[in-house]
Amino acid sequence: MSSLAFPQLLRQARTALLLLLLATLVLGLAYPLAVLGVGRLVPGRADGQIVSAGGREVGSAIVGQAFEGEQWFTPRPSAAGDGYDPLASGASNLGPENPDLLASVAERRAAAAAADGTAPADVASDALTASGSGLDPDVSPQYAQQQVARVAAARGLGEQQVADLVAAHVRGRSLGFLGEPRVNVLELNLALQALRP
Amino acid sequence: MALSDTAAGLLQIGLLVLLLAAVHVPLGDFIAASLTGPRHLRAERGVYRLLRVDPDADTRWPTYALSLVAFSTVSTLLLYAFLRLQQHLPLSLGMPAVEPAQAWNTAVSFVTNTNWQSYSGEATLGHLVQMAGLAVQNFLSAAVGLAVAVALVRGLVRAGTGTIGNFWVDLVRGTLRVLLPLAFAGAVVLVLTGVVQNLSGATTYTTLAGGSQTIVGGPIASQEAIKELGTNGGGFFNANSAHPFENPTPISNVVEVFLLLVIPFSLPRTYGTLVGDRRQGSAVLAVMAGVFALSHAVTLYAETHALGSAPQAVGAAMEGKEVRFGEWASALFATATTSTSTGAVNSFHDSYTALGGGALLVNMMLGEVTPGGVGSGLYGILVLAVITVFVGGLMVGRTPEFLGNKIRQREITLAALHILATPFALLTGVAIALSSEATRSAVLNPGPHGLSEVLYAFTSAAGNNGSAFAGISVNTPFYNTALGLAMLLGRFLPVLLVLALAGSFAAQRPAAPTAGTLPTRTPTFAGMHAAVVVVVTGLTFFPALALGPLAEALA
Repeated sequence: MSSLAFPQLLRQARTALLLLLLATLVLGLAYPLAVLGVGRLVPGRADGQIVSAGGREVGSAIVGQAFEGEQWFTPRPSAAGDGYDPLASGASNLGPENPDLLASVAERRAAAAAADGTAPADVASDALTASGSGLDPDVSPQYAQQQVARVAAARGLGEQQVADLVAAHVRGRSLGFLGEPRVNVLELNLALQALRP
Repeated sequence: MALSDTAAGLLQIGLLVLLLAAVHVPLGDFIAASLTGPRHLRAERGVYRLLRVDPDADTRWPTYALSLVAFSTVSTLLLYAFLRLQQHLPLSLGMPAVEPAQAWNTAVSFVTNTNWQSYSGEATLGHLVQMAGLAVQNFLSAAVGLAVAVALVRGLVRAGTGTIGNFWVDLVRGTLRVLLPLAFAGAVVLVLTGVVQNLSGATTYTTLAGGSQTIVGGPIASQEAIKELGTNGGGFFNANSAHPFENPTPISNVVEVFLLLVIPFSLPRTYGTLVGDRRQGSAVLAVMAGVFALSHAVTLYAETHALGSAPQAVGAAMEGKEVRFGEWASALFATATTSTSTGAVNSFHDSYTALGGGALLVNMMLGEVTPGGVGSGLYGILVLAVITVFVGGLMVGRTPEFLGNKIRQREITLAALHILATPFALLTGVAIALSSEATRSAVLNPGPHGLSEVLYAFTSAAGNNGSAFAGISVNTPFYNTALGLAMLLGRFLPVLLVLALAGSFAAQRPAAPTAGTLPTRTPTFAGMHAAVVVVVTGLTFFPALALGPLAEALA
């Protein structure tokens, strides 16, 4: 057996190498390029839904971006780099009993309650937690509603007007039962900007 | 009218069950026919000529194993070289060579169908190495799993031949007939739901608020489809399927969960068809589905009830979860990925409640047989069926037989070594990692949760899952090397033992069933089989679980 094994192993290795090279051509190039071809039929989607405003591209509708300042609807806390950095996507990975996470939650609750003029107990859960990707494009309808009064005051708009804008941007569950209701923050802020720059 | 969270969540599960119920029969039969049919496609004949392989030559298990080992070795070396040389190749996006320890870890990780990632995709890899290096192994490592599973089934069916098939034919057919068409269909659907597929490099945008943001595209949908379908799990981005470019909507999410469950849940049908008794397949399916449902219920309960200090303080277990998925769609993905040896994530398990995250850990410890990875789930659960028959035989005092094959000393030894191989690699690794201050410092979270991070890492590696309690810093020479070894042992020890078992069954002449034969297609046997799955795991891992997630949950 042992005298036969080595040449046999070499022959097997040669077969393996040839098959691997062939697979690289078919599975590694032809397959993704074919899918790329299909993607060209829906270029907007396949390219990540890049949105334009005021004659320039401002980013992707499905990748969250940072908004600071009381005149904007603000997104969730983010653990991606310094916040919403697509070159460092990811989560905080803090465990359920981690004191640092508990401290962050308390801090975020106080900050959001002060900024939005809400009772601390009413702050939305997604305002207190970082997402999995750090690039969550959405907030819950509750979190968006929580910010209405602040944004309206900062922009000199009527509260009802801004509340209506939020209501118009609430996207229900997909097909009525998949996932969760949500509000895309970039789209909401784009509409807000169009209303009162 | 808006549905309540619970109603919507249950409907979502219902949709998935319906889809799987509809597809597993035709797909299972298709896989059986694809892998065992006598005819070769014209393209396949061309491949065999090029490889100088005789596709009709049946081999005994040592040859089959030698081909498999040769193929996996060459795959690892080539992928290692690819990662080390990526800076010289097109579409590298200016990324430098991957460091040696990390390149070793990554090459082993993808060849063993683990897809553990100690790297962050967007910061480490160019497009070419992602699609022509990693994604190729996504296909091939899954096809290897499928090959081993069908070889074991042949061993059970064949009488006195001693042969278990031809590795090259199984590999080519599994890839070309099963995985490639399904992955292409899946990728097309994913592109339509908004998963990105282009070759864009980094583009910097001025955001609406005037900041700056750099976004990278890539051949993501093609990789996402096979990553789920082949139960691989290696994400294009660090955030894996939580990243909106990999998983943009609740619809893409359901498609991805379906893709990662569809082959493992179809293989019991393949098995039943190949052994000529479909009720054998149904009994195995019942074990897989039963344990899966139970485990999912635990995670779902823990997450929706926000057990634990931080989730209670927030009012919902939303740390590490995306708004579009929420608790239900996140927990569903989490159970599916850890039960199938996939390891993709749409939410971050480190931040799960102690009980919810503990159940995910147990899914992997069960040996990933409920339903397990592509092929590896089926051969894993069949080995446990051999153990169950043996235990049952002891109870009634008869010679144990499985589908007419006697379980003698040789067979039970191989099966017992099989169930010990993964825990051996895993617990030894954990013990070494915890024995020095330098390696202990890699954990992020204090207390029992830190132990869970190390335990989860080695369980994930040795079980070839690839998901993580990702707080642990694993891009160190120690963890890259040690987890690489755990992946290698956790994959190839069981595979070699299964092939030896297949060879030994194939050499036997089947005995006709007698009144003393334990029937393996009844609900009673399925119940006993499930109990063995759970008890074997419980006895092996209880001490480690008690110190980690159980201590945390009870604190």
